[in-house]
Amino acid sequence: MSEEVRLMKGNEALAEAAIRCGCDGYFGYPITPQSEVLETLMKLKPWETTGMVVLQAESEVASINMVYAGAGCGKKVMTSTSSPGFSLMQEGVSYIAGADIPALVVNVMRGGPGLGTIQPSQADYFQTVKGGGHGDYRQITLAPASVQEMADFVGLGFDLAFKYNILTVILADGLIGQMMEKVVLPPFVPRKTNEEIRKECPWASLGKTPDRKRNVITSLELEPEPMERRNIALQAKYAEIEKNEVRYEDIETSDAEYLFVAFGSAARICQKAVEVARAEGIKVGLLRPITLFPFPYEHIKEQLTHVKGILSVEYNAGQMVEDIRLAVEGRIPVEHFGRTGGIVPTPEEVIDALKQKIIKK
Amino acid sequence: MTTQDIIKPENLVYAKPSIMNDNTMHYCPGCSHGVVHKLVAEVIEEMGIVDKTIGISPVGCAVFAYNYIDIDWQEAAHGRAPAMATAIKRLLPDHCVFTYQGDGDLAAIGTAETIHACNRGENIAIIFINNAIYGMTGGQMAPTTLEGMKTSTCPYGRDVTLNGYHLPIGNLVAQLEGTRYVTRQSVHTAAAVRKAKAAIKKAFENTLAPEKKGASFVEIVSTCNSGWKMSPKDANDWMVENMFKAYPIGDLKNI
Repeated sequence: MSEEVRLMKGNEALAEAAIRCGCDGYFGYPITPQSEVLETLMKLKPWETTGMVVLQAESEVASINMVYAGAGCGKKVMTSTSSPGFSLMQEGVSYIAGADIPALVVNVMRGGPGLGTIQPSQADYFQTVKGGGHGDYRQITLAPASVQEMADFVGLGFDLAFKYNILTVILADGLIGQMMEKVVLPPFVPRKTNEEIRKECPWASLGKTPDRKRNVITSLELEPEPMERRNIALQAKYAEIEKNEVRYEDIETSDAEYLFVAFGSAARICQKAVEVARAEGIKVGLLRPITLFPFPYEHIKEQLTHVKGILSVEYNAGQMVEDIRLAVEGRIPVEHFGRTGGIVPTPEEVIDALKQKIIKK
Repeated sequence: MTTQDIIKPENLVYAKPSIMNDNTMHYCPGCSHGVVHKLVAEVIEEMGIVDKTIGISPVGCAVFAYNYIDIDWQEAAHGRAPAMATAIKRLLPDHCVFTYQGDGDLAAIGTAETIHACNRGENIAIIFINNAIYGMTGGQMAPTTLEGMKTSTCPYGRDVTLNGYHLPIGNLVAQLEGTRYVTRQSVHTAAAVRKAKAAIKKAFENTLAPEKKGASFVEIVSTCNSGWKMSPKDANDWMVENMFKAYPIGDLKNI
């Protein structure tokens, strides 16, 4: 079969990809700039084809708890939202982490804090990578930089979630959700049967059979010792993920004297800035983290052999820059350049910032 | 005739349901939860649906319901059980999915989830223990606390100018198109226990009836003798005298 190439919005591609990768259920609540996900699913009616459940919930609180419940049944379930909605979801996010179950959440970020704005932002980096909900937990965080990656990361996100029994967050900015690009949609994968889930996820609550004890999806321990044991097991899992799942993209980094580090659509702007700056004779490259947790600390450290300074370009007031500084341990200058409030910087602004904040030093 | 002569299989008139395990219950002596747990277990066993029943336990006194009945369970965040049951029932439509919730869980923090799951006509069963108080956290005011009733957060009695009125949420959900069976029962006498069991059974059967859809809501007006600071007997008497006036026993809807 030839490839299916379409021109689509990021949010639409994500919805199409969910149906195709064998997703069992989507539970969501409308919020700009990601409402096209629910709208597209409702238009496509996958319950008539693959049997996928699609439901508009009464709130983000309800939708994340629907995801928590579906995940507890070993089903491939997901939701999508934007920043204020992601804040509401933190209760369920923490329960999913505590119960050790796989799920997928998409946050198409808008400007904040508070009700903020509906324009693109990357200000939920801390919330997603450092926490957000209560307790010591992590979640795998994928940052798509194209409509193609919006489609591809649904399958990847579920694969990683089920490999480690963890929540995967696709952390997209509003620009990636709203912009239209060419996209090759993934092939159809059938949904798993309950029998397959019983084999692959023996912990799932699908109804107790005589051959096993009851399965209970819970994060509750009244005694401190078992609670600590749970926490130690979680931390071991996160360490394993940090060892195995770091993903990044290098663009002209091998001979670079300076480096942009940027994720999502900010990386696309930096890609253009690299092109323009190199034409001016500035040897600059781009390192794009694809996973924000696990963060490519080691790979950034490897750049210290030839890079003299790093500019972190983010649509926020400076969040990922802290992780870059952790990676380089003060050995070279690391500065931040960003716009907030939903403003997307131009490649020229980025180059000016590089010159002023890094090259002049 | 000695006791040993009487204890023989042919003389057995009662046994606890086999799916009710031997874990020591954490409930206070006199509490209604133990009886209702047993009824839920009996109904599941009699219907032969252990392999396709999933329970959602709440945050509150019944948080450990999953320790006592040998079926698959999921433990909800406070108030979210009906949202969870919604998802499970839609993903596993041939399963019996039920929530087991207290009044703080169902009628305060989870009001939105309760009303919307009922209004969507989810084919689930909701077992609602209404004892007009927060038991687990130590006897604070619940949305269902009666006017004038004393709790640790309304120590001079519930004052309607401060806290409003007791919330008859059973009446509220009975008015929604999405519910098909709403009933209010109690477990303070043998006769009441039998009726409560029949109500739970009907609710569970409804969840498995494919031809008709709608939520089934079984409210059990209950005692919390520890929280009420009464003996079990006094708590039962107080319930009959006061709770039954605010929460009259009987079917609110049966279609």
